[in-house]
Amino acid sequence: MSPESKPGWRQLARGAVIVEPGSAKQFKTGDWRTKKPILQESKCTNCLFCWIWCPEPAIMRGPKAVSFDYDHCKGCGICAVECPVHAITMVEEA
Amino acid sequence: MSIKKTQLVPMSGSEAIAKAAIQSNIDFISAYPITPQTIIVERLSDLVADGETKAKFVNVESEHSAMSACVGASLAGGRAFTATSSQGLALMHEVLYLASGLRCPIVMAVANRALSAPINIHGDHSDMMGSRDSGWIQLYVENGQEAYDWVLQAYRIAEDERVSLPFSVNMDGYVITHSVEPIALIDQDAISKFLPPRQALLKLDTEKPITIGTLTLPDFYTEFKRQQEEAMRNVPKAFAEVTRDFTQLSGRSYDRFLPYEIEDAKVAIVSLGSASGTVRWVARNLRKKGLPVGALKIALYRPFPHEEVGRMLEGLDVVIVLERAMSLGSHCGPLASDIVCSLYNRSEQPKVLDVIAGLGGRDLSPDSIEQIFRTGLGTTPSSTGLEMEFVGVRE
Repeated sequence: MSPESKPGWRQLARGAVIVEPGSAKQFKTGDWRTKKPILQESKCTNCLFCWIWCPEPAIMRGPKAVSFDYDHCKGCGICAVECPVHAITMVEEA
Repeated sequence: MSIKKTQLVPMSGSEAIAKAAIQSNIDFISAYPITPQTIIVERLSDLVADGETKAKFVNVESEHSAMSACVGASLAGGRAFTATSSQGLALMHEVLYLASGLRCPIVMAVANRALSAPINIHGDHSDMMGSRDSGWIQLYVENGQEAYDWVLQAYRIAEDERVSLPFSVNMDGYVITHSVEPIALIDQDAISKFLPPRQALLKLDTEKPITIGTLTLPDFYTEFKRQQEEAMRNVPKAFAEVTRDFTQLSGRSYDRFLPYEIEDAKVAIVSLGSASGTVRWVARNLRKKGLPVGALKIALYRPFPHEEVGRMLEGLDVVIVLERAMSLGSHCGPLASDIVCSLYNRSEQPKVLDVIAGLGGRDLSPDSIEQIFRTGLGTTPSSTGLEMEFVGVRE
């Protein structure tokens, strides 16, 4: 969003209060990332260590393997370090 | 509302402040004792212990925590009160910005005192001037009665929907905090009608969750400061309405400033706080001798009444600013800085003489004020510009 398209001071809630719960979802932190986690699905045992460790949380659960929420993953790499079967690798962002 | 028969009670400024706070139907007090504010905290503790209020008193280990607790109570929708002075206010400094930025209508009494080093416990405006830009409404009272009246009025202005800002009631340490005066107390029922319980615009509520204290980055921070500036600009409107209602209640009237014989004066002293009464008294005596002097008390320091002050002062030959704080290394003290700013847009520019006097509780006696007036009268009327000088300093 360009600064001009953001709300002006008259529209904003007083004192920088956020009046709607759950608004953090709207804040896309994925563009902070310099390295991106990539999953090798065949290795994933769905143990969910990454899901527990992810501080965002940006690991999404699936029936057989996890996947990533790239809109919010900041690329910290904790998942890649913690994965016991080395199914996650960090690659440079394009 | 009819004015009830006035009950006069001998009280120190500190006792009057504590009484007014309790009569304001506060919900919450958190304060840490410091000279010369200690008696306010002692009296508040007494009144809580005696069951004269439903307010909760939270003991804390520092002023930083006292203000933090008040911010929490205010965000929960309560009416919060605190009092401090000097080093205590300095320790609160970072939390003062949270109170204003989070738009908490807290009222705080400040027993103005010099800042260390060298350590000094007496009256001086260095403490509040150090937090001048914290976004608080700042008002300086002249005596104990004003201190009492202003706590009551402060909540109405602070909590006004157009304002929603914290308010500091400043009173000179010792000269006001410890002087005993007859105080006209107002009947509790009348106060409760004038100042009903707080209706918070937005508060912590588990039924309606909100996020307070959010991070705002470069794309939003300026917008929230602009909101705060707008709130400050709305203060004069709320001030006029509240003081009008208060006059009906008490018979006493207040304005943001108090001019005295200024229309046809050639020399006037501008002052804050307790010295203002002495200045008017000396001005009256000099007027009797035919000297063209006047006075201007600034009551509301933030937001500063720039427009009105400029208009009142532009016709004078010499404006003397009585400064009880310094901005070391600057060309003048904080009050003179505002006065000169107020005069900048005016066609006529009087000479501004910034007089550093009354630091660290040094007495501003009628003799010393007369001497300052005579210095102004002896100044070449055609000269302009700004000069700063120390009065009564030993070489």
